Amino acid sequence: MRRLATALLAAAALFGAAHGALAHAFLDHASPAVGSTVPMPPPNVRLWFTQELEPAFSTLTVTDKAGNRVDRGDGTVDAKDPTELHAGLKSLPPGTYKVAWRVVSVDSHRTEGDFTFTVGGR
Amino acid sequence: MHRTLFWRASALASVVFAWANSDALAHGFAGNRFFPATILTDDPFVADEISLPTVTLDPTADDGTREFDIGPDLSKRITPNLGITLGTDWVHLKSPGSPVQTGFDGLDTGLQYQLFINGPHEAMGLVGLNVNWGNVGNVRAVGAPDFTTLSPTIAFGKGFGDLPDSLPWLRPFAVTGNLSVDFPTKAESDGMPNPNNFNYGFAVEYSLEYLQHYVRDVGLKAPFDRLIPLVEFALTTPLNRGQGGMTTGTVQPGIIWAGQYFQVGAEMIIPTNNQSGHGIGGVFQLHFYLDDLFPNGIGKPMSEW
Repeated sequence: MRRLATALLAAAALFGAAHGALAHAFLDHASPAVGSTVPMPPPNVRLWFTQELEPAFSTLTVTDKAGNRVDRGDGTVDAKDPTELHAGLKSLPPGTYKVAWRVVSVDSHRTEGDFTFTVGGR
Repeated sequence: MHRTLFWRASALASVVFAWANSDALAHGFAGNRFFPATILTDDPFVADEISLPTVTLDPTADDGTREFDIGPDLSKRITPNLGITLGTDWVHLKSPGSPVQTGFDGLDTGLQYQLFINGPHEAMGLVGLNVNWGNVGNVRAVGAPDFTTLSPTIAFGKGFGDLPDSLPWLRPFAVTGNLSVDFPTKAESDGMPNPNNFNYGFAVEYSLEYLQHYVRDVGLKAPFDRLIPLVEFALTTPLNRGQGGMTTGTVQPGIIWAGQYFQVGAEMIIPTNNQSGHGIGGVFQLHFYLDDLFPNGIGKPMSEW
């Protein structure tokens, strides 16, 4: 039993040594917030992730109910904060919009996801 | 200089591969859905992960014996869709009127193939062959098997994120499950029959991570936005050799917290009938994601083929 405990502690120390490792990028929070209703059309959509992103392979699109793109096609990782992905938006009429993202963290783990937000309380 | 260029090109190639190979994500992802590694139910995905340790105190057995187990379980990808598993337990048995017995249980191995991962429908499926090797553990002391058992298995996972937007609070639900049949290589041991068994289990999960990050920002902050309450069920029905129909099993309500590099899970163990035990047991598991801890080492498939 003592040997087993020693082995477990050694393994824990080994994993502790991997402290500097990177991981999958999960969505941390967004603006507009996930599933929220905003009274006025936002000028952009901003997403913050739990890991730094690889700009060349991280994309963000926003579509309306009919599937038409309503972002300005300028989705990019923020130059100062590599955990932030943002895109400008066209002038949005009231309605529900889908934000879809696909990101690669800097150690090449890929994640994707989507959520909706609503403009104008409809 | 050439070496630097080589490594940069390799890094870029690996990123491109990760991007292009959308069906080969380890770690339990299907589209928006993250399936945690469940304690009782076989996972429906190949992975580079290790449970270290899983600590189990079983409910009291029919004859009054109390069993405590501790052990590791390793999952390792050979290719992006082909994996192996390896696990065992150190067992501590306390029976009324008998001295404490300790020793290792049998060795469990598995060969698994990822049949499919469907991102939009948050679904995945896996087939495998599990083998519990006989005469590996301590047969006399802790009852490790003196025969090998082959168990073909299928496992599946399904998230409900594709439900209509009008049912937002149901979208964080997910189910995983597995079915297998045991084929023991010996009909009886010490006069006791070793029947073929039908094993079936499933886990019902409600992901607060999914709710917070894909359905509605309800204001959950760390660590609560990474919690997954769940209930697991595992049942075994012997099929022959005079044991037919005597189903035993457990129901295990609990919770998993899944972080960036590891997850922690704890569940109660409730027997489904008297044959399955008495009272309540418990299980705790610390589980590491090797693909996140060591993305360029043991955490990646041995071959990209």
